[in-house]
Amino acid sequence: MTLSAKDIEYIAHLARLEIDQADVPAYADKLGKIIDFIDELASADTGELVPMAHPLQMRQRLRPDDVTETDQRDYYQENAPETAGGLYVVPRVVE
Amino acid sequence: MSTERLSIVAQSRLLTRGEVSSRELTQACLDRIAALDPALNAFIKVTPEQALAAADQADQRRRAGDGGRLTGVPMAHKDIFCTQGVATTCASRMLENFVSPYDATVVERLKAAGMVCVGKTNMDEFAMGSSNETSYFGAVKNPWDQACSPGGSSGGSAAAVAAGLVPMATGTDTGGSIRQPAALCGITGFKPTYGRISRYGIIAFASSLDQAGVLALTAEDAALIMQEIAGFDERDSTCSQAPVPDYMAGLEASIKGKKIGVPKEYFDEGLEANYGKAVQEALDVYRKLGAEIVEVSLPNLSLAVPTYYVVCPAEASSNLSRYDGVRFGHRASDADDLETLYKRSRTEGFGEEVKRRIMTGTYVLSAGYYDAYYLKAQKVRQLISDDLKNCFKRVDILAGPTTPTTAFRLGEKVDDPVQMYLNDIYTVSVNLAGMPGISIPCGIVDGLPAGLQLVGPHFAEEQVLNFAHAYQQATDWHLKTPAGGR
Repeated sequence: MTLSAKDIEYIAHLARLEIDQADVPAYADKLGKIIDFIDELASADTGELVPMAHPLQMRQRLRPDDVTETDQRDYYQENAPETAGGLYVVPRVVE
Repeated sequence: MSTERLSIVAQSRLLTRGEVSSRELTQACLDRIAALDPALNAFIKVTPEQALAAADQADQRRRAGDGGRLTGVPMAHKDIFCTQGVATTCASRMLENFVSPYDATVVERLKAAGMVCVGKTNMDEFAMGSSNETSYFGAVKNPWDQACSPGGSSGGSAAAVAAGLVPMATGTDTGGSIRQPAALCGITGFKPTYGRISRYGIIAFASSLDQAGVLALTAEDAALIMQEIAGFDERDSTCSQAPVPDYMAGLEASIKGKKIGVPKEYFDEGLEANYGKAVQEALDVYRKLGAEIVEVSLPNLSLAVPTYYVVCPAEASSNLSRYDGVRFGHRASDADDLETLYKRSRTEGFGEEVKRRIMTGTYVLSAGYYDAYYLKAQKVRQLISDDLKNCFKRVDILAGPTTPTTAFRLGEKVDDPVQMYLNDIYTVSVNLAGMPGISIPCGIVDGLPAGLQLVGPHFAEEQVLNFAHAYQQATDWHLKTPAGGR
């Protein structure tokens, strides 16, 4: 499959990645080969098969809606790149 | 006394008899890491101070008479397991400075058992790779031949055990990431049934496939560790509530009269001839032990890798969307708006293979392609799973090669993702179906180890370990030591 530069840029945008212009042909080549490879699936006769979402036929387990965790915000925020007053700081979103 | 390449069972016995202390065992590991790891690169982080403190505590517990079999035995965790207060990087620049605020359930349980963690092992970035070359911290070398890959993604764990740096290391297996490196490094690698071990605190890659497991020297050691880490955990909603059997007690069961299925597709032209011979010889050992060998078929095997490379990147692209440079992980320094912050942080933080998988996953989930790829792959996944289940109507266990070849050279496949992916041909179906599998050493081909893979039906861990143990009682391939690990 041939992916155009536009395809690569579109997929990268959906994935929130930036691809350097110089690297676009390499990405197009390798992703194209991967897509050719997974295109083999089209040949499989899957008829009425139900898609398998999970290896075990498990039901989602529910738990009582009880408070089990204590507030550890400051501790968890030690890993944050930037915080202020217990909040995460990001570039201005609303003008 | 030399304690390198001593099994957990043997180390535990020495501790119980008081012939060695945990501090001595731990110090021996640390010394060996200091001597050999600069060349092997099996560890991302070694934690000598914490390890020696834990060793002293274990010695105290043993003296006070409240130690268990594992108390005081050293080990290492793959750097995908969250370890409280210790950097947990997943071999990515994205998490280079991430210090986990909590322990994974596996870490917590082994800590409670008194095992001594000496450090975190190297791996493919976010477990995406089959050669360990995608690690941000550089490739791991195979102790059997340092020009070769140890396999991946748990390559650091496999190399560390093979070289005798630790008797056991944890791993995770999403498409073969425990079994393939175990085969390539000549050790035992066990991946239990999906849901048998809690995934809580394991950095998510592909959530319907990820499963933790053990890289060790013997199936007996794997059983001992399984006993501690298997079982229900309310913090993982997919963790099974099935009771945990006594794995150690099940090891010695006779395999006489049991049926071993050998999928004929595992022996096609893709398999290296002498590797195939080693596997056939292993089957002869089972015949001598009284098992019956039956040919079976997995007609959709050729679709397993393409299916995996749709399902797995799709789940990965979703799981890795959490890395946005805001709450934790790498953050780009020069972004003026939020979208640029996301994009730059992710672009700088992720390596090539991770970006490629995120993009593949994004593509197969995108509007217009979802039905053709993702939905189709989930249907084929059912087909592949049904093939395996059908085999287990006729046989007790499946046996075959773990990989098509022995360890390949570093750099050999790195530029061709599809060739790299095909290395998982014999292992991925087992993940797609969520079944337990083990790789055990079964021969040396041109100086490099070959692996025998055994696969059982859901929750047949006991049986898989039993078959592996029976083989290891009858052969000594698992005792072979790499020259580079001396």
